[in-house]
Amino acid sequence: MAKHVVAAVAEITPGGRKLVDVKGRPIVVFNLGGEFFALSNRCPHRGGSLCHGKLVGLVESSTPGEYRYSRRGEIIRCPWHSWEFDIRTGKSWCDPARLRIRHYPVSVEAGAQLVEGPYVAETFPVTVEDDYVVVEI
Amino acid sequence: MTINLHAIDCDVHPTVPGMKALLPYLDDYWRDSVEERGIGSLESISYPPNSPLTARDEWRGTGGLAGTDVTQLSETVFGRFGSSLAICNCLYGVQLVFAEDMARAFTRALNDWIVKEWLDKDARLRASIVVPLQNIEYAVDEIERCASDRRFVQVLVLAMEEAPLGRRSNWPVYAAAERHGLPLGVHAGSAYRHPVTSLGWPSYYIEDYAAQAQGFQSQLTSLIAEGVFAKFPSLKVVLMESGVTWLPGFLWRFSKFWRGLRTEVPWVDRPPDEIVRDHVRLTVQPFDVPEDSEAAERAIEHLRSDDILLFASDYPHWQFDGDEAMPKAIPRALYRKILVDNPLATYPRLKEAVR
Repeated sequence: MAKHVVAAVAEITPGGRKLVDVKGRPIVVFNLGGEFFALSNRCPHRGGSLCHGKLVGLVESSTPGEYRYSRRGEIIRCPWHSWEFDIRTGKSWCDPARLRIRHYPVSVEAGAQLVEGPYVAETFPVTVEDDYVVVEI
Repeated sequence: MTINLHAIDCDVHPTVPGMKALLPYLDDYWRDSVEERGIGSLESISYPPNSPLTARDEWRGTGGLAGTDVTQLSETVFGRFGSSLAICNCLYGVQLVFAEDMARAFTRALNDWIVKEWLDKDARLRASIVVPLQNIEYAVDEIERCASDRRFVQVLVLAMEEAPLGRRSNWPVYAAAERHGLPLGVHAGSAYRHPVTSLGWPSYYIEDYAAQAQGFQSQLTSLIAEGVFAKFPSLKVVLMESGVTWLPGFLWRFSKFWRGLRTEVPWVDRPPDEIVRDHVRLTVQPFDVPEDSEAAERAIEHLRSDDILLFASDYPHWQFDGDEAMPKAIPRALYRKILVDNPLATYPRLKEAVR
């Protein structure tokens, strides 16, 4: 497992997302209120590009006519068939045990630390003053 | 009474020979009205009297009607087909009557006629309560009026009536059915409030009969999407004379689209095919497959459940020749379940006959 610097923290604002390429793998990084999550960009159903999907909340119901809406912005819907995936876990709503998006460990590191290594800064310069999103693959 | 159970026939049709037969069961106002207005019969074009499908020739009596005589029905269903119990689903066209009060009077008369002319004459007969969905309050009243007679084992509606069955205005009927341990029986047929196809009115009878399968599909979709089974977790629905084998393809489509569209109906919290396997049962006549055994086996496999089929002869409708009412496609290994176990599990009141 190697760590890859994929973005400056300031690049992905809360509620935002960024599609990155790590060793040829498309990965989408989400910022949920300051927490970062990195998921494979490929929908496990038919391969739709998840970073082009809509971020929605989780709707549940305990009785017909009731809509319980929570966790706004934490569910990504694939743009192709609208299947829902939990950004925090990568699990699908419709079949969580068998159908999930590959999930990668992600962390925020200070530029000062990164400059010293052993991290791989991919395509952009790292400065000591900023913080960076680091994905482990 | 103890019955040695061989088979339970879940769909037989007593035929009302004409409005005259119901006159004794109407009050004076309606009796005079029927005569004054010259209402001779309420036969529905869902089963035109002379259509071969409506009755096997050998069972037709005077006037060409079949299923009008309790002795003949019993001899056929219990004698020749070997059943021990049979559920009478009367399809006389009371659903076609638009006026709510008249529909109430006629359904009451029909249910009382069933008790006196059929249930009282053969202890092996059971029946469905025919309800006037024209008015939901009346429909619930009719269930309440009839349900204390334990020989009523089901509530009967047609595949195409006033509105999609899942609509919440219908729910008091399901609450009453669930409360009394009565499945909702949905039988092929239409009240002709709407065209029998979603495209508009067809020209021919064959189009009407073939379109019943789409009617059943839309009803299943409606019942599930509107949340009937979430609201009434003990309710069972029995589809009768549906043809059966359209079900797997339809469920594949419904369950597939549920994955992307379930947020619209969040109370549908598991795949529709699972809900169907828990709540929906289907009678086996007719069973739309070629007799080629491999194709039949595959069709049964695709249902992915041994619990959902119920034996039925559909007497006197002409679905088969001879006395073997079980479709040839059904493997022998499933006979016990389809003939006895599944009907008993579906209709709680039938168990009372075999204690």
